[in-house]
Amino acid sequence: MTGRWSWFNITSVVVGFTFLYLPIVLLVIFSFNESRLVTVWAGFSTKWYGELFQNQGILDAAWVTIRVALISASVATVLGTLAAVALVRFPRFNGRTVFTGMVYAPLVMPEVITGLSLLLLFVAINFARGFWTVTLAHITFSLCFVAVVVQSRLVSFDKSLEEAAQDLGCPPFQAFMKVTLPVIFPAVISGWMLAFTLSLDDLVIASFTSGPGATTLPMKIYSQVRLGVTPEINAVCTILIAIVTSGVLIATILNKRRNMQHKHN
Amino acid sequence: MPSLGSIRRSFAPWDDPAAKPYISFKNVTKRFGDFVAVDNLSLDVYEREFFSLLGPSGCGKTTLLRMLAGFEEPTEGEIFLDGQSLKGVPPHKRPVNMMFQSYALFPHMSVADNIAFGLKQDGMEKGARDERVAQMLKLVKLEEFAKRKPDQLSGGQRQRVALARAVAKRPKLLLLDEPLGALDKKLREETQFELMDLQQQLGLTFMIVTHDQEEAMTMSDRIAVMDKGIIAQIGTPAEIYEAPNSRYVADFIGSGNILEGNVASSDDAHVTIKGGDGEIVGALRGSKAPANGEAAWFAIRPEKMQVSRSKPENVDNALEGEVWDIAYLGDMTIINLKLDSGNVVQASMINRSRLVEDPIGYDERIWLSFSADSGLVLER
Ligand SMILES: Nc1ncnc2c1ncn2[C@@H]1O[C@H](COP(=O)(O)OP(=O)(O)OP(=O)(O)O)[C@@H](O)[C@H]1O
Ligand SMILES: [Mg+2]
Repeated sequence: MTGRWSWFNITSVVVGFTFLYLPIVLLVIFSFNESRLVTVWAGFSTKWYGELFQNQGILDAAWVTIRVALISASVATVLGTLAAVALVRFPRFNGRTVFTGMVYAPLVMPEVITGLSLLLLFVAINFARGFWTVTLAHITFSLCFVAVVVQSRLVSFDKSLEEAAQDLGCPPFQAFMKVTLPVIFPAVISGWMLAFTLSLDDLVIASFTSGPGATTLPMKIYSQVRLGVTPEINAVCTILIAIVTSGVLIATILNKRRNMQHKHN
Repeated sequence: MPSLGSIRRSFAPWDDPAAKPYISFKNVTKRFGDFVAVDNLSLDVYEREFFSLLGPSGCGKTTLLRMLAGFEEPTEGEIFLDGQSLKGVPPHKRPVNMMFQSYALFPHMSVADNIAFGLKQDGMEKGARDERVAQMLKLVKLEEFAKRKPDQLSGGQRQRVALARAVAKRPKLLLLDEPLGALDKKLREETQFELMDLQQQLGLTFMIVTHDQEEAMTMSDRIAVMDKGIIAQIGTPAEIYEAPNSRYVADFIGSGNILEGNVASSDDAHVTIKGGDGEIVGALRGSKAPANGEAAWFAIRPEKMQVSRSKPENVDNALEGEVWDIAYLGDMTIINLKLDSGNVVQASMINRSRLVEDPIGYDERIWLSFSADSGLVLER
């Protein structure tokens, strides 16, 4: 950071961060509240966390969410990486612009529309809605995020590395697995993290595409909150925040490291 | 019959009409869009030959190697390796290894793993592999760096790893794209000799791109001088240096003087041209003398001229001028002489004695003299 800390700077930072994080901090604090009343502090306690683990509904929803996130993130990472390779490697195939546009479209598409169109698709092909429809929907929309992350790394990847591998006797696919993939792996991991996090906290698309028995955690929280905020919900949210924050942190650190390596070269 | 240069060669398959070329480019053209990178080029290289490509940046040297290694397909024409067409053969199936101009080291592998990569790919067993890697590390003097990652090495060290990796498999044909450019003079010379040794011992064929003419001269059996996608001249180092076939080659290789004129007279060995610097007689290049009156150029190397203060007697050629610049280089002194026509001519003198009485100084008028066989008359 260059430049000095003027009063103006400090004030804007404080105001900005308060605005952003005060609600979250409050939520975390009140998840440790003794009282059942959400807005009245009655002393520190972790009892809501204990109660949380007795609540079968929430536990089920959490289990669904985690499975959806794991599967969709992994599949989206594979497909997104392949898409990125295709986008970078075959710069002049027919319809490249259309393909690029199509991969990125979900990035800017309002979630409501993505959700609705997927719902229509599942109804049209008579696909019973449930766990797999949510998972498929999540794969679809997180794939493009993975593709963007991996593509930005591939653009700066020196193609001659792969050529060197081929020159030394590797068939093209092996060269990709032995040289390209290990080199771009941090980006692939960041892509996976991103896809995982996106899936974890998606409410809109999940609401559209899920069916009976496949309620995700965000859906569960949302429906409970309509009956009133309980400290239990605060506790769930705190755990979610912890997971997401560590995910983002790990992705950032990986990214940092990658960039540093890059600068070195 | 005197011959060119100061070495007699025993290895010269290119002069033997029965010898089969190992690499053969047949009318190869390579276009990138509208741009012609290699233009209808034909070239034969023989087994066990040390062949160099010289030429200015962007003339297509790397493109030529990449076509041999299989990373580019010729737009037209065909390449043969050991009599077999290389059309459609993917890079990993060619018995060729290339050292990349950009090194292309695998950043996630240690130096030793980089070198072992191709050996592993061939299924060489661990013992033999480790031995080969150690031998390669020794060749490039990087024994202590085996465990480092490429980004922990200096530029010259990386270049040596790339060289070791390409050489490790001992391919029948090794393509080296500026293999020694980042090394200091001493290390470069040592590595040059080790490479030549290796090539001799193992009977490999080398094709190497370099910007260092001295390096090309030292190492090569033959040199190809390239110009914008074509080969301007192929020949032994002595032929390229002493008998360039064009102004372009005479100018590109070494330092030279080129004076312009028109053919005044000729016999079967010499041509006299007349221009702004008077009449100059030089050796005929080729067998047919140009017609009188045609434009021609006289090319002569700086070391082929004698410097004197007084007008030399009984010489074929003499030029008078004013000393324009003097550079003392230790082993020799370079004098730039401004002729009365305004042309500047360079001459060099070997400094045979440590002490010189009354050395030549700036603004003096002096003479350069040279025999008719010292320079060449070129038609283009
Ligand atoms: N993939 C490509 N697409 C378009 N043009 C290319 C491509 N590869 C090479 N060229 C062009 O072909 C010409 C020859 O390139 P090449 O790399 O063979 O030059 P070079 O002789 O190796 O030069 P240098 O000494 O600088 O390495 C250059 O003008 C270059 O711009
Ligand atoms: Mg090049």
